[in-house]
Amino acid sequence: MEILHEKKLKELEEMANTIRQDIIKMLEQAGSGHSAGPLGMADIFAAFYFYILNHNPKEPNWQGRDRLILSNGHICPVRYAAMARAGYFPVKELKTLRKLGSQLQGHPHRRHLPGVETTSGPLGSGLSQSIGMALAAKLDGRKYRVYCLMSDGEQDCGNTWEAVMFAGKNRLSNITAVIDRNNIQIDGFTEDIMPLEPLRDKYESFGWHVLEVDGHNIEAFIDAINEAKAVFEKPTVIIAHTIPGKGVSFMEFDYLWHGKPPAKEEAKKALNELRTLGGKIKSEHE
Amino acid sequence: MIKLSEKIFKDDIGQEPTRNGYGYGLVAAGEENSNVVVLCADLTESTRSHWFAEKFPERFIEMGIGEQSMAAVAAGLGISGKIPFISSYATFSPGRNWEQIRTTIAYNDSNVKIAGHHSGISVGPDGATHQAIEDIATMRAMPNMTVIVPCDAVEAEKATIAAAKIWGPVYLRFTREKTPVFTDKETPFVPGKAEIFYQSKSLPEVLIIGAGPVLHNALLAARDLEEDGIGVIVLNNHTIKPIDERKIIELAKKTNAVVTVEEHNIIGGLGGAVAEVLANHYPIPMEFVGMQDTFGESGEPEELIKKYGMDAKSIKEAVRKVVKRKK
Repeated sequence: MEILHEKKLKELEEMANTIRQDIIKMLEQAGSGHSAGPLGMADIFAAFYFYILNHNPKEPNWQGRDRLILSNGHICPVRYAAMARAGYFPVKELKTLRKLGSQLQGHPHRRHLPGVETTSGPLGSGLSQSIGMALAAKLDGRKYRVYCLMSDGEQDCGNTWEAVMFAGKNRLSNITAVIDRNNIQIDGFTEDIMPLEPLRDKYESFGWHVLEVDGHNIEAFIDAINEAKAVFEKPTVIIAHTIPGKGVSFMEFDYLWHGKPPAKEEAKKALNELRTLGGKIKSEHE
Repeated sequence: MIKLSEKIFKDDIGQEPTRNGYGYGLVAAGEENSNVVVLCADLTESTRSHWFAEKFPERFIEMGIGEQSMAAVAAGLGISGKIPFISSYATFSPGRNWEQIRTTIAYNDSNVKIAGHHSGISVGPDGATHQAIEDIATMRAMPNMTVIVPCDAVEAEKATIAAAKIWGPVYLRFTREKTPVFTDKETPFVPGKAEIFYQSKSLPEVLIIGAGPVLHNALLAARDLEEDGIGVIVLNNHTIKPIDERKIIELAKKTNAVVTVEEHNIIGGLGGAVAEVLANHYPIPMEFVGMQDTFGESGEPEELIKKYGMDAKSIKEAVRKVVKRKK
């Protein structure tokens, strides 16, 4: 990892904004898909693809790469946008999301898009798959790290806790999990649907090292990732507190935006907000 | 004719459960290829995974009672160049973890082998909760999945070793009870290739297609039927998917009547697979021996096989019935 200086941090923040704009355009074109989750995770994806990951977009199957597993596959627009910006495939392909013949399936598929690591969508099995990759690394004496991004909603799944228990027992310190703690799921707020708190205590009691950060503070998130690397006796989970729909005022905090795309006028308004950072800067088009 | 055990119709024929073949096969596959790893969900001895675990402790992974996680962990291992075998009872794996198998193994094209143990009603006293009669159907309906049902311990060992060499997801089905070992080391076993195990000297009137240990009952029935003047062919169709279409059609044309024999629901299993082949290419009368869309119950294996109509007597009745339908 290079040194995180002011200029780099600014670049990452700008990249997160670019990714958010890509997400809005992709979803509007597709006419279906999820808005809130992808927007909420744009900062973390910018941090991963443009700073944290040891990877090579031109050689997506390079064996030494870090693995980034997206367990909650439904927020894939943010991954696709970050991958395109990182050079895995042309940015113009983003507009084919969810269309016939596209590499960009509605939920990510390993055989459709190199670099996607694994197929996901049905919730709760990403951490287990990450464990498989982490075990393979240990068996083969490889040094790559496995990052598993999960939603808070999928903490409802039994499979998630089977995996949490296993990783704790086996002290899999080459895994870092990140939970997108945005407090919403399809039917409403997580604490109404199926309360998760105290989430930190749950992971700690299962033998994990737990960190909590503001998921929109890229510097703090990178610090947490570095701390996780320094913990050798247990796996680490970073509970990243995020705002669903982050960056678009009328989507923020509203669970109704979990599973729908913006219509044409809404997309225009959203893009205007993102380009002007919520009106803080004047758009060059005005 | 291919070579089978000389004691095939003798009372003192060797008896061994097919799960032992899995255990031997794992050790052999593990010796041959250091990428073979074995996962088990708290049923290590019962699934005969313990022989591998003792020999290669670093390549054995205890999952606890977590079949869903076991499937998905194996998917991650398979993607990363390992050849994982996951072991549990078929009612739990591929029963409880069907979706993880679908998404993370089959659709994901991960090189995982699924071993479903204690299949069929011959599990016996444990009762219907532990008697898988739907697993062939649920695995067969999944794209990318190969399905193999070995007929005895020797074939089970060969199937396990072969599965490690097949690229992609494979479902292997095993049973708990000791059953006759009627093949031997020299009996050919090639995945996807059905083999004739019995051919009457007289002109065959019926083709019996079987898989799994109940195939031995089909052979006993064939011998009796020939004595009674009804010639039959018995085909060992161990690979349910991809099924040996060519062989089935070729033999069906000789007999113009088919009986399928399996320790599985008659819906969606071997019978279903054969019916699909015949309906597409050569529709002829067919009878289905197996569980008649009902759950099993507690009892001794032999009693259950008899009560639910998968013994030699029931197979003979099915053959006589299908012969009548030809006219």
